Order: sequence, then structure tokens, then C-alpha cells
Amino acid sequence: MIKKYDIVIIGGGPAGLAAAISARKNGIESTLILERDKELGGILNQCIHNGFGLHTFGEELTGPEYADRFIRQVREQNIEYKLNTMVINISREKVITAMNREEGMFLIQAKAVILAMGCRERSRGALNIPGYRPAGIYSAGTAQRLVNIEGYLPGREVVILGSGDIGLIMARRMTLEGAKVKVVAELMPYSGGLKRNIVQCLDDFGIPLKLSHTVVNIKGKERVEGVTLAQVGADGKPIPGTEEEYACDTLLLSVGLIPENELSREMGVELNRVTSGPVVNESLETNIEGVFACGNVLHVHDLVDFVSEEAAAAGKNAADYIKWQQPVEVPEQKQNRTIILESRNGVRYTVPAVIRPERMPEEMTVRFRVGAVYKNCYISCYFDEERVLHKKRTILAPGEMEQIKLTKEQILNASSLRKISILIEEE
Amino acid sequence: MNKYDIAIIGAGVSGTAIARELSRYRIKVCVLEREEDVCCGTSKANSAIIHAGYDAEPGSLKAKLNLRGNQMMEQLSCDLDFPFRRNGSLVLCLDEKDRPGLQKLYERGIQNGVKGLRILNKEEIRKMEPNVSDQAVAALYAPSGGIVCPFNMTIALAENACANGVDFYFNTEVHKITRGEKNWTIETTEGIFEADCIVSAAGVYADKFHNMVSEKKLHITPRKGEYCLLDKAAGTHVSRTIFTLPGKFGKGVLVTPTIHGNLLIGPTATDIENKEGINTTREGLEQVLKKASESVKNIPVRQVITSFAGLRAHEDGDDFIIGETEEGFIDCAGIESPGLSSAPAIGEMVADILKKKYDLKEKEDFLSTRKGITDVSKFSLEERNAWIRQNPAYGTIVCRCEMVTEGEIIDAIRGPLGARSLDGVKRRTRAGMGRCQAGFCSPRVMEILARELGIPVEEITKSGGNSGIIKGSNKDSFGEDGK
Repeated sequence: MIKKYDIVIIGGGPAGLAAAISARKNGIESTLILERDKELGGILNQCIHNGFGLHTFGEELTGPEYADRFIRQVREQNIEYKLNTMVINISREKVITAMNREEGMFLIQAKAVILAMGCRERSRGALNIPGYRPAGIYSAGTAQRLVNIEGYLPGREVVILGSGDIGLIMARRMTLEGAKVKVVAELMPYSGGLKRNIVQCLDDFGIPLKLSHTVVNIKGKERVEGVTLAQVGADGKPIPGTEEEYACDTLLLSVGLIPENELSREMGVELNRVTSGPVVNESLETNIEGVFACGNVLHVHDLVDFVSEEAAAAGKNAADYIKWQQPVEVPEQKQNRTIILESRNGVRYTVPAVIRPERMPEEMTVRFRVGAVYKNCYISCYFDEERVLHKKRTILAPGEMEQIKLTKEQILNASSLRKISILIEEE
Repeated sequence: MNKYDIAIIGAGVSGTAIARELSRYRIKVCVLEREEDVCCGTSKANSAIIHAGYDAEPGSLKAKLNLRGNQMMEQLSCDLDFPFRRNGSLVLCLDEKDRPGLQKLYERGIQNGVKGLRILNKEEIRKMEPNVSDQAVAALYAPSGGIVCPFNMTIALAENACANGVDFYFNTEVHKITRGEKNWTIETTEGIFEADCIVSAAGVYADKFHNMVSEKKLHITPRKGEYCLLDKAAGTHVSRTIFTLPGKFGKGVLVTPTIHGNLLIGPTATDIENKEGINTTREGLEQVLKKASESVKNIPVRQVITSFAGLRAHEDGDDFIIGETEEGFIDCAGIESPGLSSAPAIGEMVADILKKKYDLKEKEDFLSTRKGITDVSKFSLEERNAWIRQNPAYGTIVCRCEMVTEGEIIDAIRGPLGARSLDGVKRRTRAGMGRCQAGFCSPRVMEILARELGIPVEEITKSGGNSGIIKGSNKDSFGEDGK
């Protein structure tokens, strides 16, 4: 027999938890979280450093503490969840095929689905780093799990490629656990991580950060014996003659995160080439009606606080969808009006990508990232040709997510509005 | 002292195919392998193609054994339960002036006895493979070309040989071979073996062992081939194996689906000195991507999930060398492409030589079939649930990219010649072979390996030897007082 739920949430990490709690707060009793790991909380469980929750709770929590605040709410509100349960498939009709050791493989019919599967790390292979393929090459997150959850030290002399946040955090962690982190190399001329992490994880421990550098060779047939770094030119290619050898037994990679959208793709969700996440509207709803997305599966976030905020919106929108199950009553001539959000001039993408004004909440957050470091510039927002926002910023960096707020009133007042553009301007 | 009738050096696809054929007879056979597992050399890093057989010079061993191996593959894959599919192959002619070359290849194929060969025109190519380059003016189509899982094929051959009484010795590197009064003395890292007959199936090292016993020297050149493997999302970009007209160094860069649904592109062909030189190079990988894009358009290069290099054992004479080169010493040398395709026929040929030489008698209880790890993904919902009820480990997904269950990983470890390392598990189950490249599952697989083998996690390796994953535990370098 197929079990039925109003809302099924795929993933019990920070996004899934916040979405489930919000759906319940908005009146939906029949919800289920499906989590593939043995506990709720997702990747936060291995993020034992602090710095989480400043925006949400006004205090600095560790990852497990931050997750715990949400897990408690899930338990208090008796929100159903299944652990160690892998979702194998989701059909366009929202029939979910899942599996665990107790129940075997089973089907669930959902009225609405919230995608909250998070992301995975880009691997060595995706970078085509030449050299041998020995033991001792780990993505930073794998090393983080080994160290923080299992208590094992994966290496003693470490080179890190990529200055994403996990790489920076692991530079500090490995140092504190007794390893020697020799250098962090970053391909780009700027770090992909948060400024505070560069200061607290590298500078405070005297770990050099080499910008515009990459690994051009990996040595050691069985275990890593060393890597060769080289400087890269403006074209991203190594400059001959700049090679430097580093003896090490470990290479950690922190070279980008990829939203895990295999389930979404198979069910027919349209994906954005820039974010690798679903294309969503103002309700965080994908091209499939009643399928919502939030958190790192939608686009990679910098802070978990924003994941929680976004996921709460997705949970509310899914609840509204269940309650109404039909289009909102709107005057006929305004129906189907959609406004496109365009990102250009250094803005790489926006979430959402389209807005249906009548469905907007009173105030809505538009999130985006920039493609390079910009100093003393402006974030501008245009309604068609008219500039409606011009915000001075001393620095913008790809490692930090940006946002602007739009109000429903503002958009309804611009009755002929077709396109909203978000861009960076020098003046 | 370990005494055998026949000792095979090397547990690659040739060595295990020979071992399996010899296991039909009432003799004592062993396989000596320097690595910790079967399929660790050339057999694990190649195009995973079963060639139709039009490439090799008519009359050569390569031509004969390729065709025979290709014909044997269907039955063998059923008997030994490994994945194989005839997806067909196309050799593209990208320039009008190369047409004679294509025609020559066609004729050579006919001469070699390849069935079903056809030359396609532009429209036929487009219809079959819409992503093939617009430059393609004609193509040789070989419906009998196929794709195989080289890991499972080698493991299957080895397991079946093992079930029929062949002894496998891993981490056993041969140092020295000397002829005694009656038999050979083989000195290895794991002690001395004696055998009446030696079969050398040692890949790029075949010359080393041959030259230990023979005055007529052999020379094997490691010919490096680099590859890129793409995500399964790109796996249907082509459905047949796409070659371009062969050049001096082999068959050029191919684009092919793999039997498991990825897209594979490569190899390069560079002669090197170092027999351990399986490192990839920047130039090599760039060349793979460039060459592949000349035969197939719009390859989604952003979807590369890993790259690797393998070494072909190229002998100066450009053919396989199979036969008794010295009394009681059988060479199986120069097994480069189409070695994988030919392997079953190589096994047959070597066994035939030995059968005649020693008048071998067949066993009555030879097991001709072997069952691999049960592929639960092929089950219906009901079958799968019955399976999980019997053993709940089949309900736990460990490798989320390839959807491999704990049950399958346990099977891989407990099986005959079971996995002892992460790579061993990977080759048997595909756990860790997917798009995250073991990022998520390796800690779990390590845990399962440690539990099943009864050893601490610290001793788990990637691929045996010095390839340990863990270097210690947190803060262990600070000493008791935490300094």
C-alpha cells in the first residue's frame, strides 16, 4: 500500500529541518522527512567549529548545536522522519521510491515535495589534476568527517588546494589535531571562502595562502609523497618555471561544491547551468508544480543561517500550496504575469529566477553571488529601464552570498514591469 | 615449499583467463601476483572495449585471437556472470581523402573474418549517432564490437579458477627464476615456489621474466594511454564506440559508453621508459579532450569525474607473443590492445599448448559457471524486498552515487578472493566509482572492511601496500601531556 503525505521533505539537514518546521507552523500536519544518514542535521554534524547562528539566534554556535536547535523543534512538534533512508527516485507525479533496512523498498505519494538534498564536493577528477592516483587525496569534507566524527588523522603533512570554507576550516582543524599544514593554494586571484575564515583559520596559524596557484602534479604511487604547485596566469593556465615542490603525505581539496540534483534531474526539474540547482520562482517552486527547493541543493550558500531562512520560506510556500491546491484568485488580466529576474555585469545568478507578483510575499529576499572581487562599487536593481536601488558596497566577493529585498507593493505598483535586472555598477 | 605443476605469473585478465582454462585439468596450478588483488595493472586501465577484430594484420595472432575472443565473450559473460554488451562500433572517416584507408580497414576486417561489417554514408551515421562530428563523411560499422567491465571480467575468471582449485598468491612479487634439475625455482617476496612449467602473463614486465630464462631477449615498451571518464549524465552522448581511422600508435582516441553507463574518452599513446609510470599528464589529458572533440561534438567536458592512465605492453614485433619460448616456459607477452578482447582466446590457446605438452586430463567435476555479486538493482520491488527481509544489509545504501548497498559490499569482501581494500571493493561493486569519487562512502566502506576483515581501520588501504588511508588519530603527535 502506498503511504500518503501532504509534504515530503527530501533531506534532514539544515534546509530540510527548517522547511519541515515551517510547514508545520503553517498548518500542515502530514509531513515526512526522509534522511539518508543515521541522524538528522546533515553536514552540520561534522562542523564542530563555531560561528553558526549569529543571524538566526544572535549567538555563536557549533554546527551540531545549531542543528540541535532545529532537531528539538522537529521532535517537539512530532514531525515524522525516517533515518538511514535513501530516496531512489521521485516521479513527476510525486511518487517517491525510498529504501531502508527495516522497511525495504517502498513508495510514498506526496502532494508536495521539498527538495533539500544539499550538495557534494567537487572531486580531483573534475579538475583533471595530473599525476599519480595514490591514497592521501581527500576532499576537505571527507577529511573533516574522518577527523571530527571518527577521530582519525588522515595525514600529517598537508597541502590544501582551494580556499573554500571547508578547506580553510580544515587547515585549522588539522593543525589543531597535530598535522602540519604547509600551504593553501588557490587557483583564483581571490579566495572562495569567507574573509573571517581566512583570518581565523590561516592567518592566526601562520599558514600561507598562495593565490593564483594550483597543483600541477601529484607524486607517489601508493601514498602521496609530494605535490608540485605552480603559479597560474590570467588564463588560468600554469606558468612554466614557477613550479615549487612540496613534500607532503596528504592533499586536501576544497575546490567547490555542487548541488546534488540527480533526483531532481531524473524527475524533470529544470536546472540552472550557473548554480547547478533548480530554476525556481518567487515561491521557491521548480518548473514542476508543487515541487519546491531550498538550501544548498538550490544554490550553494555561505552561511547556514540563510539556508534556514530560505528553507522556512519554502516550507511556508509548500504549506500554502497544500492549503490552496489551486491558483490564487487574481484579476483575469493579471493572471500568468511573470517577471523575469536578469543577472548581469558581474552578478552570476539570482534565486528566484522569475516572480509572479500576485504570489509574492509582502517582502521577498533575492539572493545572488558575484563572479569576481569588486571594490567600491554599487549593487543596482532596475525595474525595466528604471533604477530602483543603488547600494554602495566597499567590497563584493564571490565567496559571500549577497541579497536584496523586494516588496510586493513596489512590484504591484509597477504595473507594466516585465524585467528586473540586478547588476554591479561602478558608479 | 610450494610445489605446483604450473605457475602463472600475473593475475591480470590474461593470467586469470589462462588460470581458468587450466583449472579444467587435473593439475596443480598457482597464480603469483605482486599486487594485493587481481586486475591491478594493464587490465584495470584500458578502454574496456571488446573489439570486433578488423584492426589487426591478417594472419597475426592479434587478428586470430581477437576474433575468437570476441566470439567467445557472450557465452563466457553468461557462464561467469559479468556484464558485456554488443553496442557496435564506428570507425569514422573525417576526410574524403582518407576514404581509401577506411576501405582498406573494411577489407582487412573481411579478411580477418569479422561478420556484419558495413560502410555507412553520412546520413546513416547521423541517424545512428547524432552527436558524431559533422566532418564525418563515412564510417565503418562493426555490429559485433562490444563493451565489458574489465574488472568484473578478470575477477570472474579468477574466482572461477579459484573455485576449480587454482591457488592465488597476492603481494607475491617474483624476483628470480632459475632452472633446477627437473623444474623451475621461483624466488618471490613470499618465499620460494617450484613449478614444472611457468606461464608468464606479466604485462609490461613480461620481458623481465622472459629475459631471466632466455638468451633470445624480448623488449616491452610501456605505451601510456590517458583517459577521462565522464558522469553517467553524459553516458548516452553516443551509444556506440566511436573510433577514428587508426594511426601509427594504435587506434586513436575513442569515445564510448561504458557498460555501466558512463562516457569514456581516450587513450593517448606515448611510449615511456618507466614501467610504473601510470601518472596522468596535463598534455595527455588536454590531448584526450581535444582529440575526442574532433570525432564527437559537444562532449560535456564539465562532467569529467576522473582521469587515469594505463600502460599497454607493446612488444617491438607488434604482435602477441604466445608460446613455449624455452622448455617449460610459456610466454604470454606483448598483450596490448586487443588484449582484453582476446583474453578468453589467449587462455584457450595457452591451455591447449600445455594440454598437448603434458597430455593433461580433464576433471570430471569442473565448475564451468560462477555467480557474481547479486545485482539487486535489477530486481522488482517485491523481489528486492524479499531479499532485504532475508538480509537487511541490502536495504542500506552505502555509495549514494552508484546506489551500492552494504550487502553488496559485504559480498565483495566475503567472496572467494574477496576485496581487501577500498579499490578492491570499488572494482567489485562500483562503490566509490561515481560522481563524488568516494567522498561520501569511503569512511563507511573503511568501517565495513575493518569489521569484516577483523582489522583496525588504521590498517585499511586504498590498494594494498603502503597506501594506507589513515595516518593516526587526533592529537597523537602531542604525547601524553598534550604538548
